[in-house]
Amino acid sequence: MKNEQAGLYIHIPFCLSKCGYCSFYSIKSVDLIPEYIAALKKEIRHYRNVFSSFDTIYIGGGTPSLLSISQIDNILTAVNKYYKINRQAEITIEANPGDASLKYFQALRKSGINRLNVGVQSFDDKVLKFLGRRHSSKEAIDAIEAARAAGFDNLGIDLIYGVHGITIQSWKNTLQKAVSFAPEHISCYQLSLSEKTPLYKKYSSEGWKLPDENTELRLFLATAEALENAGYIHYEVSNFARKDKLKSRHNRKYWQHKPYLGLGPAAHSFLNNKRWWNKAAVKTYLNEIADGKMPVEDMETLSVEQLQLEALFLGLRTKAGIDLKRYKIIYNADLLKDKKIIIDALIKNKFVELKNGFLRPTRAGMAVADSLALI
Amino acid sequence: MENIRNFSIIAHIDHGKSTLADRLIQFTGVCNERNFQDQILDNMDIERERGITIKSNAISLPYHAHDGKDYILNLIDTPGHVDFSYEVSRSLASCEGVLLLIDAAQGVQAQTLANLYLALDHNLEIIPIINKIDLPSADVERVLEEIDSELGLDPDTHIKCSAKEGIGIEEILEAIVTRIPPPTGDSANPLAALIFDAKYDSFRGTIIHCRVFEGTVKSGDIIKFMYNGTTYKVEEVGHFLLTRAKREKLSAGEVGYIIAGVKTVADVRTGDTITLQDRPCSQPLPGFKEVKPVVFASIYPIASDDYQDLADSLEKYKLNDASFIYEKDSSAALGQGFRCGFLGLLHLDIVQERLEREYDLSIILSVPSVRYRFTLKDGKVIYVDNPAHYPDPAEIDKGEEPFIRAAMMLPERYLGAVMKLCMEKRGVNSNMNYTGPGRVELSYEMPLAEVIYDFYDRFKSVTQGYGSFDYEIIDYRESNLVLMDILVNSEKVDALSQIVHRERARSRALLACERLKEEIPRQMFKIAIQGAIGGEIIARSTISAFRKDVTAKCYGGDITRKRKLLEKQKAGKKRMKMIGSVSIPQSAFLAVLKSDTN
Repeated sequence: MKNEQAGLYIHIPFCLSKCGYCSFYSIKSVDLIPEYIAALKKEIRHYRNVFSSFDTIYIGGGTPSLLSISQIDNILTAVNKYYKINRQAEITIEANPGDASLKYFQALRKSGINRLNVGVQSFDDKVLKFLGRRHSSKEAIDAIEAARAAGFDNLGIDLIYGVHGITIQSWKNTLQKAVSFAPEHISCYQLSLSEKTPLYKKYSSEGWKLPDENTELRLFLATAEALENAGYIHYEVSNFARKDKLKSRHNRKYWQHKPYLGLGPAAHSFLNNKRWWNKAAVKTYLNEIADGKMPVEDMETLSVEQLQLEALFLGLRTKAGIDLKRYKIIYNADLLKDKKIIIDALIKNKFVELKNGFLRPTRAGMAVADSLALI
Repeated sequence: MENIRNFSIIAHIDHGKSTLADRLIQFTGVCNERNFQDQILDNMDIERERGITIKSNAISLPYHAHDGKDYILNLIDTPGHVDFSYEVSRSLASCEGVLLLIDAAQGVQAQTLANLYLALDHNLEIIPIINKIDLPSADVERVLEEIDSELGLDPDTHIKCSAKEGIGIEEILEAIVTRIPPPTGDSANPLAALIFDAKYDSFRGTIIHCRVFEGTVKSGDIIKFMYNGTTYKVEEVGHFLLTRAKREKLSAGEVGYIIAGVKTVADVRTGDTITLQDRPCSQPLPGFKEVKPVVFASIYPIASDDYQDLADSLEKYKLNDASFIYEKDSSAALGQGFRCGFLGLLHLDIVQERLEREYDLSIILSVPSVRYRFTLKDGKVIYVDNPAHYPDPAEIDKGEEPFIRAAMMLPERYLGAVMKLCMEKRGVNSNMNYTGPGRVELSYEMPLAEVIYDFYDRFKSVTQGYGSFDYEIIDYRESNLVLMDILVNSEKVDALSQIVHRERARSRALLACERLKEEIPRQMFKIAIQGAIGGEIIARSTISAFRKDVTAKCYGGDITRKRKLLEKQKAGKKRMKMIGSVSIPQSAFLAVLKSDTN
């Protein structure tokens, strides 16, 4: 699998402030960033004999836009030193609108980053405040315009729906506003709250509820319709792209069991049916790397059954669906034959369809993709 | 023979039978403190835990009486439940007298009466014993009145005791000696021995428990079972002490065991007569009948991989329970299993519990059924105890179901509630007797199917535990029977089919539909659950489909976490049974099948 182009994920686990809904690991001590980058470079070097080349790089977080240009250059230089980076590689960085400036974005563009994903979340200041974002809607718009002015022609924005007190109509307005900037990519995530988050506690104490199943479905369908009407392809449960080639190439590696290397705390890697992941705490990460160890928390070797299950639940989240021929070759099973009764019933009930050798979820099917995977 | 006494203790459940047996055993010194344990004759864990006696047992008690002579008192312990009334009757047939034990607080109960009648049938000397006189709630005066009015016995003949406290034990032993007649019979006559029980021993094969009425049997004899003419060579005979005590011979009047290389207890019929091959008695002892199961249910392993284990366990269990029968059965919904026959619901319960406990099996039981009788249009008569074998309705001329006569005793204040219950259970021909101030003896004729459904639990509940109940099967009566099926998305779930009276069909079907609705998780499709008689839908419920379950985001490369979640769900789904495209959890089957007890 070494020949196959792999994806590289680099985690930047720092945030100036924590958003109310976010359960990701991050810390506020930005003074650790220089030390962190030094450690990261050691980890980059470490895997040089395991991976040889990448054709996608994704710098995510946390808040990668807290890094200075020289720090980002530093990281990318290290990557380029040990790995072959495809000339057509998709190189993405996530940015918080609060960190945006034309100068910064121009510098990012110059350092080789060709895809920018802006965490807009909403164009409504009330919602932004509710979610605990540290930027305003105006800053979000400024960020998008700055990205365009800096020459980013592959721009993605993230939005959140299903927020307390927001009607379907106001969500549709947000979508219209997003579409008006014609971003190449839009991710629409439904708000979900894990118990540890401040917003979860707020919901509990206020007696608020996340949308019920019916509302959830209506939001999901409304989102898909609005964006498809605007010319976007609903290519994954939460993801929309203006054209096929503008789909996130990096994310698709996760969904297709392609190899990827994840660097930084809590990052996951996958190669040859093995998945391993790093320890989550930045301190531990730094200490272990300083001790010359790799901060790997655990590794698993996936059985064929596990690979099959993953292929099903990941594949059925995507519009492309499951490539049945590839499935047969890689996972050594004839899905259509093995699950004939249930697949026939699913086709009859319009949850999936068979097209050109792919088992594809319909939109209704995508909405119940978790259950589809359990056939 | 003059110094042998054969006796039994009979009582309503919980009136203290096993405790009294314990005291008699202790008093006569058969066992010392070290090897004594409570309910010493109840060998099975399940007997001790439930405080009931399931198998008969026997023990010989040596007793030095006040008259200065030594006696052998053979105590034959009997099962206390109506399911085993034939075994009780055979044990009683082996005795000359009984101790009729009555709880001083509860007084005469349904089984007290039923047991008394059995004893009277055998012309036994009856010694009424009022037990638990130490209880604060004991009301000896009232019990004495009941002995007179309800039992028709002379109250002056009673003995007061507290088996728990050891009060009155010696007096009871003296009464056994003085009031129960010694056995009659002649050791020189041809052998006639009554089998009252048989137990399986993994080293020696079947241990036959018997009472010798005429003649003598010793090792080396060739014995013959008169029921089927099979012959065996006697290996060993002996008495029951705490363990088996080998003797040279067993003679007329004695109670003991015979070991004769009989492989399984199923080769022995309780109530059969043993005689000698070369010098047989002229006719068998009276009262033999073949016990037939009256309640039937299928047993399936919860995991189909356990089928062979279940088969092995049933085979082993059957070694020691001749009245349990089984044969292969299979269900489209539940896979391979066995159709089993039981003497009654308690018997069913016991088998189920022992399979689960002693053989460590997880099993699922279908709805218990009685044995129905159908006369077909061509005149053929068939018996059906399995809904799967229900005949083509177009071919049925007449359907009949077994009826019982229920005997109940209860305080008068519950009479209205009990009569209502009996009527609801299609009871007819009621009969009522005031047996004492505020006490009523009530009888009804009812379909057995209604009794095994949920009668007993509801009876106990409406009488708040003060009612007692006993029944005997009387006859078959014509009945409007139908086969009720349960369909899930139009697919029949065969394991949930039931043969029911037409009037019951709708309520049973509704109950099943509701239970299934509660237990089957929502799925991607709408699920229609229907109860049907043939093509006619009589009940329905619907489980709506869920339409959104996908989580918004699969976070980066951390696919493992999500997969683990799905693996857990998948494992849960694997334990479900697929009916068409619907996954039905075991709990749904259990919920429907358990409707008899709730």
